[in-house]
Amino acid sequence: MRVLILAKEDHQVRAATPPTPEEMAEFQKFNEELVKAGVVVGDGRLHPSSQGKRLRFDGKKRTVIDGPFAETKELVAGYWLWQVRSIDEAIEWLKRAPFDAGTYEIRQIFDTEGM
Amino acid sequence: MTAATEAHRAIEAIWRIESARLIAGLARIVGDMGTAEELAQDALVAALEQWPTAGVPEKPGAWLMGTAKHHAIDLIRRRQTLERKHEEIGRDVERAQEGIGLDVAIDEDVGDDLLGLIFMACHPVLSKDARVALTLRVLGGLTTEEIARAFLVPVSTVAQRIVRAKRTLTEARVRFEVPGGAERMARLASVLEVIYLIFNEGYSATAGEDWTRPGLCEEALRLGRILAELVPAEPEVHGLVALMEIQASRLRARVGPSGEPVLLLDQDRTRWDRLLIRRGLTALERAERLGGAMGPYALQAAIAACHARAATAAETDWPRIVALYDAVAQLAPSPVVELNRAVAVGMAFGPAAGLDLVDGLVREPALEAYHLLPAVRGDLLRKLGRYVEARAEFERAASLTENVAERKLLQKRAGECTAEGTAG
Repeated sequence: MRVLILAKEDHQVRAATPPTPEEMAEFQKFNEELVKAGVVVGDGRLHPSSQGKRLRFDGKKRTVIDGPFAETKELVAGYWLWQVRSIDEAIEWLKRAPFDAGTYEIRQIFDTEGM
Repeated sequence: MTAATEAHRAIEAIWRIESARLIAGLARIVGDMGTAEELAQDALVAALEQWPTAGVPEKPGAWLMGTAKHHAIDLIRRRQTLERKHEEIGRDVERAQEGIGLDVAIDEDVGDDLLGLIFMACHPVLSKDARVALTLRVLGGLTTEEIARAFLVPVSTVAQRIVRAKRTLTEARVRFEVPGGAERMARLASVLEVIYLIFNEGYSATAGEDWTRPGLCEEALRLGRILAELVPAEPEVHGLVALMEIQASRLRARVGPSGEPVLLLDQDRTRWDRLLIRRGLTALERAERLGGAMGPYALQAAIAACHARAATAAETDWPRIVALYDAVAQLAPSPVVELNRAVAVGMAFGPAAGLDLVDGLVREPALEAYHLLPAVRGDLLRKLGRYVEARAEFERAASLTENVAERKLLQKRAGECTAEGTAG
């Protein structure tokens, strides 16, 4: 099955403490391990929400809202696409991540694939 | 969920993640796969006993490796007492003890261990069936039951296959090693063959109710992706990965609403998985960038890429596909390749040209029971308006396949020929 890992970060905290080179290196190492295990099939990091746009739909009306978005918590900062055999496997991999803050959400992607 | 079931589910997932490197690390120490797997299983049993009450350790992989290595040292000591003369064993104990720190297992580079294990499981001394079963078991972390279910054979058959395979490895004195030089290429070819066999069994199941078993494709893709990271300088590994990624991109489109097969040219291409296509094309570029003549897998991937790049079936670059099949036929001549080439020729230069080639293959002994020969012939005859002959060919093809869904499709085609024949 394919799962989407959503990195939800408190962007105010993040802005105050950008990752140190050591943290980045540790993250790289973890990501490499995932790639070597054939788990990662896609990933991406998002620009800050100040550069993002939102479109709101209301009947025929479309409203464009400029970032940054008001919420201070739970803004998606990045994502991973993983190929795993179960949600449990995704949980076990994610537990090994060298993060010390933030919330990471695992969501299964609908697919006709899967044993 | 109770804590105990939660722990069991965690252990199962951890086993999937860790078992291959665990067995690989142990195989390096003890030398043979049978013992390595037993030691790994013992560690799993210990985890099942202890973790539900004590909790899952912070570094479960390191815990399993540490536990198994302790058992390994005990075992080597016992063997040493039995056969004092072997000085070598003393070194084994030292080597095992060096790696015993509980933190090292995760961090140390396990790449060579894994590679050694892959080479061992795919050793040419084993039959194809044995290599497939052993690879899924020790590298995929699948249980015997799961392998049996995937291949629609009794559990006892798979269990026996694995036991016999391990015995064969022991008897042939196959040791844990990462071969180099010319031997490496030959051994690697065997590994690629096993992975592609697993993929193909999932992609077009040879028997059973379902046309595809995507779980097996995923398993093969995962093994391929792991291998590509282990030996990044081997173009054919990337070629195989490219081929599997692109073929897998069509899995969703290959099956109709009621499970019936949908052939390549009839597929809804908007249902192709763009992510896998992109990954496949990237892997193909990697293979090409490494230089040298393209191997059979890279060539087949290049053919698959021709289809992937065409937004509609009509836009397919058939002359290029014919040229690529020419190259495959030179490298790895086989009647099946000739048959595929005939299909491409039929598309590029008209059904009569294709039929000429297929007719030359009718007496080929290797294709005698191959259902796709009459299926292709039927298709070409139908395009030429020779409906009665086409119908007979589709019926023959239907009688030759053991896959239920495919048989239905072929019978439907036979029926269509009757209708078209009457209408014309």
